[in-house]
Amino acid sequence: MTDTVETAEPVAQVHPLEALGQHIAMSLGESVLSFEMGFGDLTVSVRRESIVEVVTFLRDDSRCRFIAFVDVCGADYPAREYRFDVVYHFLSPHLNQRIRVRLEADEATPVPSICDVFPGANWFEREAYDLYGVLFSGHPDLRRILTDYGFDGHPLRKDFPLTGFVEVRYDEARRRVVYEPVALAQEFRSFDYLSPWEGTDYVLPGDEKAKN
Amino acid sequence: MSEVDVRNFTINFGPVHPSAHGVLRMILELDGELVERVDPHVGLLHRGTEKLIEYKTYLQALPYFDRLDYVAPMNQEHAFALAVERMLGIEVPRRGQLIRVLYAEIGRLLAHLMNVTTQAMDIGALTPPLWGFEQREKLMVFYERASGARMHAAYFRPGGVHQDLPQSLIDDIGIFCEEFTQALDDIDTLLTENRIFKQRNVDIGVVPLEEAWGRGFSGVMVRASGAAWDLRKSQPYDAYAEMDFDIPTGSNGDCYDRYLVRMEEMRQANKIMKQCVQKLSAPEGQGPVSSVDGKVVPPKRGEMKQSMEALIHHFKLYTEGYKVPAGDIYAAVEAPKGEFGVYIVSDGTNKPYRCHIRAPGFAHLSAMDWLCRGHMLADVTAILGSIDIVFGEVDR
Repeated sequence: MTDTVETAEPVAQVHPLEALGQHIAMSLGESVLSFEMGFGDLTVSVRRESIVEVVTFLRDDSRCRFIAFVDVCGADYPAREYRFDVVYHFLSPHLNQRIRVRLEADEATPVPSICDVFPGANWFEREAYDLYGVLFSGHPDLRRILTDYGFDGHPLRKDFPLTGFVEVRYDEARRRVVYEPVALAQEFRSFDYLSPWEGTDYVLPGDEKAKN
Repeated sequence: MSEVDVRNFTINFGPVHPSAHGVLRMILELDGELVERVDPHVGLLHRGTEKLIEYKTYLQALPYFDRLDYVAPMNQEHAFALAVERMLGIEVPRRGQLIRVLYAEIGRLLAHLMNVTTQAMDIGALTPPLWGFEQREKLMVFYERASGARMHAAYFRPGGVHQDLPQSLIDDIGIFCEEFTQALDDIDTLLTENRIFKQRNVDIGVVPLEEAWGRGFSGVMVRASGAAWDLRKSQPYDAYAEMDFDIPTGSNGDCYDRYLVRMEEMRQANKIMKQCVQKLSAPEGQGPVSSVDGKVVPPKRGEMKQSMEALIHHFKLYTEGYKVPAGDIYAAVEAPKGEFGVYIVSDGTNKPYRCHIRAPGFAHLSAMDWLCRGHMLADVTAILGSIDIVFGEVDR
């Protein structure tokens, strides 16, 4: 009697997405590094090499059926060893649930492309390559997509300045568009609006005297 | 001469072609009049929205969403507002939710009117856009009366909407809803049974449902292929749960079905708008339009003049902004063009660390090559019209 109560209680408390996360982690073994819930979303962290296997499983497994491709995007954390996150979103219309799959990458190691599993990923991977410089192996056509023809650099990286490096204008004399280095009429200003009363780590001149 | 040197013909479509719906450049490889390969070059309208948002506070980031799909601006704001609200864990008062639903449906009418009629124009009909744009003009006036701007509204804010609607505006929207049915029927008589329109659209650009999911299609593109999938029903946000409406679906997944689904969605949107008008006019529909949490929504100006507390909040919210708990979130709405999603990574400060915009048009346009292969050159514009592309959101 007591046994049944003890086993029944945790089962009743497990969120369906949490249970799904456990199922995915159990089925895929080492490919899945961890899974977590945050703000009601399920995030699964996977090993970079096994992304195709994970995505195929998510699509074909009868308890998942994440058949709808939603999104691929990058994110940059320059302080980390593998500085990029590649974040995938999928939707299961059958479960009416979403899932987020995340892996880490850097500038040199390519991420296997999921274009063969979800053809819709094609342009999204191109975009991640264009804006972050994440390489995708096995991608049919890894070209830049959003930036200008002949663009240099990956603009969404954190170390890429907001103002960019080149600006374009139409040159009346040469009768064509010319590229020039950015000349700012006024220095770029980035204000730190965070409250000085909490959470700052800079030292104001003169502060060190107060401490001593 | 026994061997003829046959080679494919490559043409450049756009970037300023009237039926390219903006700045799309497509390299078309043709074998005679058959399309062998399509290579869309996008990005001519790339403004670096995602990068800019990383340098703005959450409230400052909001107006960028108007400039994505500029045919239905408020629907984009909606996704961003929902994402931030979910991270902050704040609830929008009912009147705010109803106003949002009302304006999101106005956005749907704006977008579908634009799409249906310009698609007709792409394949040769000139009257529908004139009739459709007359209605759009009225809707834009409603936008203006609510927010002060016809397009770049910045009206849906995290926590609710910026201003309350006067009752006269709600009444006028009610009158519009009554008249709009007739206007829609007029467009319907011009197009639905039109022989040329059908010849150009039926069985063109057929999308099987499996393929639609795998290619990241959403919205009308999956509904026309037969899936009764609509985020307003399946994952309701704001006051959609209490609205009574149907999800139209197609069965063939061709351009004509997409047109029919859009027409029916306009009727359903009109139905939702009527319900909103009625609910907003009822006594239960009164109350605040945005969250009363002073730490997120700035106080009204009048209040600021009276209360020290409000003055402090006003100052803090317009300089520092609010801090959003660390973590990441994906919030999506059923925008007129499909699933418009916002993926935000917060590091716990007042600015998003990363804000990715998942535009439905981007996924749809990426399938252009697959959709057009084997079709005739003239079908390219019909297909492009029916997938409903707006470059503000494709290029971001």
